[in-house]
Amino acid sequence: MNLTIMSLTARAMLGRKRVLMLLPMPIILIGLTLIGVTSGASDAQWGPVVFSSLGISVILPLTALIIGSSALGLEIDDGTITHLLTKPLPRSEIVLSKLAVAWLVTAVATGVPLAAAALIAGSGTLAVGLVIGAAIGGLAYSALFLALSVMTKRPVAVGLVYIVLWENILVSYVSGTRIFSVRQHATAIADSIGNTQLIDASVSVTTALVMAVIFIVVGTVGATQRLRSFALTGDAN
Amino acid sequence: MTDIELNGVSRWYGNVVAVNDVTLTIGPGLTGLLGPNGAGKTTVLHLMAGLMAPSQGEVSVGGQSAWRNPEMYRSLGLVTERESVPGNLTAWEFVLSSAKLHKLPDPAEAARKALAIVELEDAQDRRISTYSKGMRQRSRVAAALVHDPTVLLLDEPFNGMDPRQRLHMMELLNGMAGEGRTILFSSHILEEVEQLSGTVQVIVAGRLAASGDYRHIRRLMTNRPHQFTVTSSDNRLLATVLMGHASVSGVSLEPVGVLVQANDYGTFTRALAKLAREHKIRITQLIPSDESLEKVFSYLVAT
Repeated sequence: MNLTIMSLTARAMLGRKRVLMLLPMPIILIGLTLIGVTSGASDAQWGPVVFSSLGISVILPLTALIIGSSALGLEIDDGTITHLLTKPLPRSEIVLSKLAVAWLVTAVATGVPLAAAALIAGSGTLAVGLVIGAAIGGLAYSALFLALSVMTKRPVAVGLVYIVLWENILVSYVSGTRIFSVRQHATAIADSIGNTQLIDASVSVTTALVMAVIFIVVGTVGATQRLRSFALTGDAN
Repeated sequence: MTDIELNGVSRWYGNVVAVNDVTLTIGPGLTGLLGPNGAGKTTVLHLMAGLMAPSQGEVSVGGQSAWRNPEMYRSLGLVTERESVPGNLTAWEFVLSSAKLHKLPDPAEAARKALAIVELEDAQDRRISTYSKGMRQRSRVAAALVHDPTVLLLDEPFNGMDPRQRLHMMELLNGMAGEGRTILFSSHILEEVEQLSGTVQVIVAGRLAASGDYRHIRRLMTNRPHQFTVTSSDNRLLATVLMGHASVSGVSLEPVGVLVQANDYGTFTRALAKLAREHKIRITQLIPSDESLEKVFSYLVAT
């Protein structure tokens, strides 16, 4: 870890308008929770829709995508990455510092509203489960999207393809693919701790933990390897 | 320890060859990498800075391979052409963070020194986004200098600078070269490097076209054949007079004026005024034919 890289990254990330895109999602989440609680419907009826389908399946991946793809991607886009690359730093140090910032921001931006919503719904254990689920899932997503930002010029587009096509469509038709879906991991972890009707997981927590660790390791190592041979593309002047 | 060596280096992008079999050694002192736009200068600099892998051949700095070798940056600094500065930082923060990333023992002192070298102390607490182009350039030079590198690469450092800033930058580079550092800068504008005292490497279409002492190359350039169009109070007389001068190889009388083919740019321009005065001809217009830089460089390649 490198504190200089981390503080530069955090400043650049939080100083942009892009960060405002994160605001509406928690508001919608808490609004829907209030509607669910006051509607008189049973927990099993509205809980999974709000916590799984919206919270973990939409808010967590989108937040991680916006943040994870910009942690290193913005610098690659505007060319300031050369300042970082021309320093005698192990590339793993750069990647780990960037990942740490992306993870922290993602975990806070998703964990806090999810926990607040769970508390409104009256489940303290679910709040804990969601915070841990969002933390582990957020780390796996961040590692994935950070790696994408070094490997492709369009990390947001590729990330959206993963979220929408793989996690939403493919997983619902081919059940075996769900073990490669980070949001299933996050849901399983939150469910096993929360232990309420408000959330419903479809993979075992052991599988979820193992697969999440694989995502984190492969993403981090992949990003580091790629950055080691990172070539500036540009005009051949 | 400070030599940059390219040994049979080529670099291609798909079917496009950007650098073609270049072998050169650059030692301590100031060296200009000259060539027209698109000649491959930036690619050469990026290869030297380890930001790009050679498709073929070897690139080394101080005896170490440049590619996939972050340790090399302890002794190398790079100022890229792309105006990439984190505009949300002040120059002080920017240079200080560079010093910290280099893990220098006293980053604040190093940053202070680097900003003093480029004379940016007065503006160091303003955000870089409020700077002029020349100031941004200097802030980037300061960041590249902060760890006191023995090798400094600069891509088009004079771009967008006014003559005074250019002179200052050239003095700065000359001074650093005088301390025994290896300084290499690229430029596509020959006039920019007039104050240069050092060696040049001329690169055209990805190939090393000429290398050597700048004064020699400069002489080749001033002695190159050149065309002028002259209009005067008596074009016919002027044509006759000019034909008699040794520096002129051809004259034709055109409706627009006298078209002169001079075989020596320098001698002709000096002789013209003298001849005109002697024969009481009034010159009303002297237009050097519009000569592109590519032409000048290809002339150099041909000689």
